[in-house]
Amino acid sequence: MSTAARQTDPWYPVWAERPSFDLASGKYLKIWQGPQHPGVSGNMALELTVEGDIVRDCRAHVGYLHRGFEKLMERRKYMNCFPIVCRICVPEPDFNEHLFASAVEELAGIEIPERAKWIRTLTLELARIAFLTMGLGGQAGSFGLGTVGQWCIVHRDYVLDLFEELTGHRIYHMYIIPGGLRHDLTPGFAERTEAVLRKIEKLMDEVQKVLFDNAVIMSRTDGLGVIPRPWVDPYGIAGTNARAAGSSRDVRSDSPYLVYDDLDFAPIVGERSDAYGRSLLRKREILMSAGLIRRILSRIPDGPVRVKLPNPLHWKVPAGETFVRAESGRGEMGYFMVSDGTGFPRRVHVRGPSYTHAMALFEELVRGVSIADVAGLMASLQICPPEIER
Amino acid sequence: MNLRNLISPFYAWKRALEKPFTIRKPLVEREGPPLYRGFHTNDIELCIGCGSCEEICQNAAIDLRRVDGIEPKQGDSGLRPSIDYGRCCWCALCVDICPTASLGMSNRYNWISDDGEDWVFTPGVDDGGWNGDELGYRRAEGSWLLDPEAREMPVTGPDERRRTFDEYAGGYGPADAAAEATRCLECGLCVEACPTHMDVPGYIGAIREGDLDEGLRILYETNPFSESCGRVCTARCQDACALSQLGRPIMIRWLKRYITDSTLERRAAVIGDGSAVRPTGRSVAVVGAGPSGLTAAFYLSRFGHRVTVFERAEKAGGMLRAGIPDYRLPAGVLEREIAAIAGPLVELRCGVDVGRDVTVKALREEYDAVYLSVGAQEGSSMPIPGMDTPGVHIGVDLLARLALGERPDLGGEVAVIGGGNTAMDVCRSAVRLGSKRVRVLYRRTEAEMPAAVEEIEEAREEGVEFEFLTSPVGIAASRGRLVVTCQRMELGEPDASGRRRPVPVEGSEYDVSVDSCVMAVGQQVEGGFATAAGVKVTRWNTFEVDGDTLATDERGIWAGGDCQTGPDDAIKAVAAGKKAAWYINDYLGGRS
Repeated sequence: MSTAARQTDPWYPVWAERPSFDLASGKYLKIWQGPQHPGVSGNMALELTVEGDIVRDCRAHVGYLHRGFEKLMERRKYMNCFPIVCRICVPEPDFNEHLFASAVEELAGIEIPERAKWIRTLTLELARIAFLTMGLGGQAGSFGLGTVGQWCIVHRDYVLDLFEELTGHRIYHMYIIPGGLRHDLTPGFAERTEAVLRKIEKLMDEVQKVLFDNAVIMSRTDGLGVIPRPWVDPYGIAGTNARAAGSSRDVRSDSPYLVYDDLDFAPIVGERSDAYGRSLLRKREILMSAGLIRRILSRIPDGPVRVKLPNPLHWKVPAGETFVRAESGRGEMGYFMVSDGTGFPRRVHVRGPSYTHAMALFEELVRGVSIADVAGLMASLQICPPEIER
Repeated sequence: MNLRNLISPFYAWKRALEKPFTIRKPLVEREGPPLYRGFHTNDIELCIGCGSCEEICQNAAIDLRRVDGIEPKQGDSGLRPSIDYGRCCWCALCVDICPTASLGMSNRYNWISDDGEDWVFTPGVDDGGWNGDELGYRRAEGSWLLDPEAREMPVTGPDERRRTFDEYAGGYGPADAAAEATRCLECGLCVEACPTHMDVPGYIGAIREGDLDEGLRILYETNPFSESCGRVCTARCQDACALSQLGRPIMIRWLKRYITDSTLERRAAVIGDGSAVRPTGRSVAVVGAGPSGLTAAFYLSRFGHRVTVFERAEKAGGMLRAGIPDYRLPAGVLEREIAAIAGPLVELRCGVDVGRDVTVKALREEYDAVYLSVGAQEGSSMPIPGMDTPGVHIGVDLLARLALGERPDLGGEVAVIGGGNTAMDVCRSAVRLGSKRVRVLYRRTEAEMPAAVEEIEEAREEGVEFEFLTSPVGIAASRGRLVVTCQRMELGEPDASGRRRPVPVEGSEYDVSVDSCVMAVGQQVEGGFATAAGVKVTRWNTFEVDGDTLATDERGIWAGGDCQTGPDDAIKAVAAGKKAAWYINDYLGGRS
């Protein structure tokens, strides 16, 4: 079945008719991109079969980054899991912290204070900005435009400065804790956040000129990795990848958590579903997050940020199971948690958006792409191997 | 695509004129923000080495180790946390849980050493240069992971309890007990503080698990008087409790009481009467059926030795029966505990006065070993004129009469001399006997009173008046009443006990007119009865023993409890009985 046929029947996956290539013929060559490769956004490997410089087939391999967090949690008390979940995904630790905390809170029947909800939303939006900004830089870098990459990394660091001030660390924040937050906003945090948001907005103007209005980028990203709208459901595509394809899927508006119900916003739906369109949508989402943060900062109510929990050494969470989800920078992220009524979680499963993007979708999209654009395609899908592996 | 798209990238040159984001030289050490979770700090004088940090550390980065210059003492393990920075994940849960708030984190994140051993770091002892830093992570208010509040016990109000000798403390219900048990850190400082080293975290854990039978079994491993101790113990464990540093200690005594009170009808089945033990054929005589003697009898009989307990009084129980009023320790409690101690290998002979009816020497010949635990039952009087005036009572004698069910009339006004727990028992009993005005006269101040703080508080609630820095110098009868002549005192230099010595103030005598006067100024040991058997006594008439084994110089005779230490509390007597049982068992060649 041709690609065109598959577009009409998206439930027919690529591996159903994976062609075989006669490597002995000399016409095809097998190239490994990864597991250590600057063009791969983490430790995973792409096994490419190329004809000339055109990729004919790809198998994505993961397993190089397995740290066993889910299993580790089964032998740790609930409060002891809290420091390790942020390490599941380096670029966006806060979503792991929030999802773990909210799953525990749901099972234990804990209602966190209103102020804690607002500040949690604030940190999640800041985390989205940090991740998406870095992602834009990665996208530019993957096409050889290192200048924009450096600008973006530096601006992400400005956000990390805010995190460092607020939470005590730059990357592994360990700030959102079951029961609320570890402590309140620091004095003057709102003003410093505003200053950083202005810097980010100025950066986005420049990125528009240097990246999006750039003839080279325009031509290289045009038509690269087009995701047809009908693929969104069968491939489990989420986040900016889905919205660029014309879907309005966004957990923040589909099933609002924390205070998103009060924020009155609509998800941005893109018009172009290639690498260019996805990057442009991300730029717009960064600006949207900046707007949301301003709205949050102006409306955070007073009050406590934490409820008292029982002694963490003997805390038992009632038996039950739950699935909680949130819209991370890469898309829908979920935690499935089962409690058997003891002091240890029976099972914690982390469902990140990258697995489907990196395996099924990427293998499909990379066919027919030139080797030079593989890294750009991968960056445009915002694949994060640490979160695939856990 | 148009010309603009070709020119647009050159916009990047605009940034070339700006100040660079990052610079390589000069290298500036950037300080961490105020809340930064950097290297740990620890105030080792404040730290008590409870190990909560070690317990909460998810990565086993913390280990407790000995530190030069820090000695273990009650409520302090003498250990201090050291952190393996190869494992630490900088989560600061150790700071959030620390019961003394001694742990913190500096805002320093940069430390270079070429010695791998340096990575195991004892904050506060090893110096990385950040000890005493002001900045860095400290837990915010409300972030303490532990609960400083204890669950309250239902207590009858003072007005109501003035009228009756009924027990006034109600005991925990299941919910309160479980909540209180959840506060526990399982640090074990209480085990060390307890004279008989009860496995407190063990039985508190049993409450949390809802397995009260297991809790009861753990209690009886170290203390067959747990039901009494659950009511009247001096609870050194609570003084040592790590949570008492910043909050209220775990109410260990009430939790113990909860276990015993909730398992009354199952006690016999859980403890057993020792009939399953194979008898060793050895026999032991225990002199005195107080907490110490009965504890020794319990464990010795469970080792398989035949035990005969001799008691001078009509009923067993010793000072637990004669010295503690019913409102604190109802008589039924003691009956149940003595019943649980009984078994086929235990014989209780009441009404036998060893020394008069049978000699220690004869016991030593008849039995393989003898344990002397006669207590300190003789109430002291004061060397002042008028002690034999009618209406002057000795505290312990009065309490013994109350224990027998007598309810003497002390008159409307009573003076109680002394500041110990006996004085509190007497004054509160006097209130219950109907006296309208009860005064406690003590020669030092409240701070020096040996009585338990809550006893003093509750006595006050019941209307008892306290007069400090005063001491009687004479008592005389006057028109059916007593005139107690008192002299004012002031505090001088500290004495051997560390308390400041009371010094009389010349010419400050004044009279107090009362209906009766009770002397609660201490108790004495009558140790003379055993000297004929070769047991040595000290100048206070207490038995001389080896401090480690409680063995007297006379082979085969042990002594312990108040008769060896001088008047002390029940749990120390239990501890002595248990210790003696183990050493006697060793001596008899038994297995433990």
